[in-house]
Amino acid sequence: MSLEESKSKFILNEYGVANANATDYPGGFSCEEPWSHSKFQKKFRIEMVRYNKTEMEFDLIGIHAAIANAFRRILISEVPSMAIEKVKIFNNTSLIQDEVLAHRLGLIPLKADPRLFEYKAEADGEPTEQDTLEYELKIKCTWNSSAHKDATHPDDLYRNHNVYSKHIKWIPIGGQADIYKADQVGPVFEDILIDKMRPGHELDIRLLAVKGIGKDHAKFSPVATASYRLLPEITLMKDVEGELAERLQGCFSPGVIALEDNGSGKKRAKVVDARYDSCSRNVYRYDELKDSVKMARVKDHFIFSIESTGALPPDVLFVEALKVLKKKCTTFLDELREACAEK
Amino acid sequence: MRLAELAGDETYGDKSRTFVFQDEGHTLGNALRCIIVRYPEVVFCGYTVPHPAESKMHFRIQTNGPRAVDVLRRGLEDLAKVCDHTTEVFQERMTAFKTANAS
Repeated sequence: MSLEESKSKFILNEYGVANANATDYPGGFSCEEPWSHSKFQKKFRIEMVRYNKTEMEFDLIGIHAAIANAFRRILISEVPSMAIEKVKIFNNTSLIQDEVLAHRLGLIPLKADPRLFEYKAEADGEPTEQDTLEYELKIKCTWNSSAHKDATHPDDLYRNHNVYSKHIKWIPIGGQADIYKADQVGPVFEDILIDKMRPGHELDIRLLAVKGIGKDHAKFSPVATASYRLLPEITLMKDVEGELAERLQGCFSPGVIALEDNGSGKKRAKVVDARYDSCSRNVYRYDELKDSVKMARVKDHFIFSIESTGALPPDVLFVEALKVLKKKCTTFLDELREACAEK
Repeated sequence: MRLAELAGDETYGDKSRTFVFQDEGHTLGNALRCIIVRYPEVVFCGYTVPHPAESKMHFRIQTNGPRAVDVLRRGLEDLAKVCDHTTEVFQERMTAFKTANAS
């Protein structure tokens, strides 16, 4: 392993990673080159890979792991979203306990855009139209009088025996009705099963949703998950042909290794796309193949993926996360400025 | 105020300080450290969250010349610039991607 190689890649050996130790301390070789913003700007790239309303994948290239990790951590725990926080239960005769029901309701993702709301100043303060959304869940299970006498299926026997998120009705506070429509603030999915009931069971509940962050409770996290992994790199050190080539192909994820004709009717292995390899070290199980492959991961190439819960599209969430990190910096810069002015 | 200094370094001048960040953790600590540690005049830079139940982050800077506060300020400014640049590049690539896939 050359020095250049160990600077830019993690080498995956049969047992463990060859160069996993940190080198970013004063005097360590990742610190030889001083930090410069213009050099960062030159090196930094983003490549979009996949995008839809709820999910996206992109590559962050030329950035330090600590900063990529800060983006990920902020997405999960510091970008705000709206979630049900207070549940006023007037009647619950169903089998599910009040506190369990309240917890289930809290976890339902809401469509409301958190950027249009304020944080609640006091947890127990009066709800206002700027900081709270109110909903109602009022439903009663009854016998289906028109059911066939031989019917056995609950769907035929009862009415309203399944309570879904679509049964949650929005109640505008103050002038909210002029600003929002019911389908802009309601649950993201209408088919989330909340409760199962039988004739005579009844729910009469008021729900209050507020703005919060994932640090406080996971229900406020705007992402189902945000994660990154390093770009895998697989290099064949020598020609692998025939049966061995097929075995080599089987050692990696589908699509990573292709077999091509070597000109004399034998198959030869070729690396096509290492991107989606799982980096399992299966290949090291075969003594015949061990020395023909080198596995590595590129240190500064992050395959970043964001799955939104549905309130905001994933690209908006990423920009919000960047804003949060910048806000942290500017807050402390302002404090430093004030402290200097006092002295 | 969410930023304070830990006592004990005053007698040795301005070159080394431990800053206490209230309500911050590994997110800011590690990101800031990875930038500040690469300044040539910094001889030590590290952070710790002393106790998981207290939301505090201790951030230490030792230099061979400039004041530790100035280095911290520069670090925060550089991290803010990284955010700005990332936002800019991300939005540019996103618009390009959306227009390319719309047609």
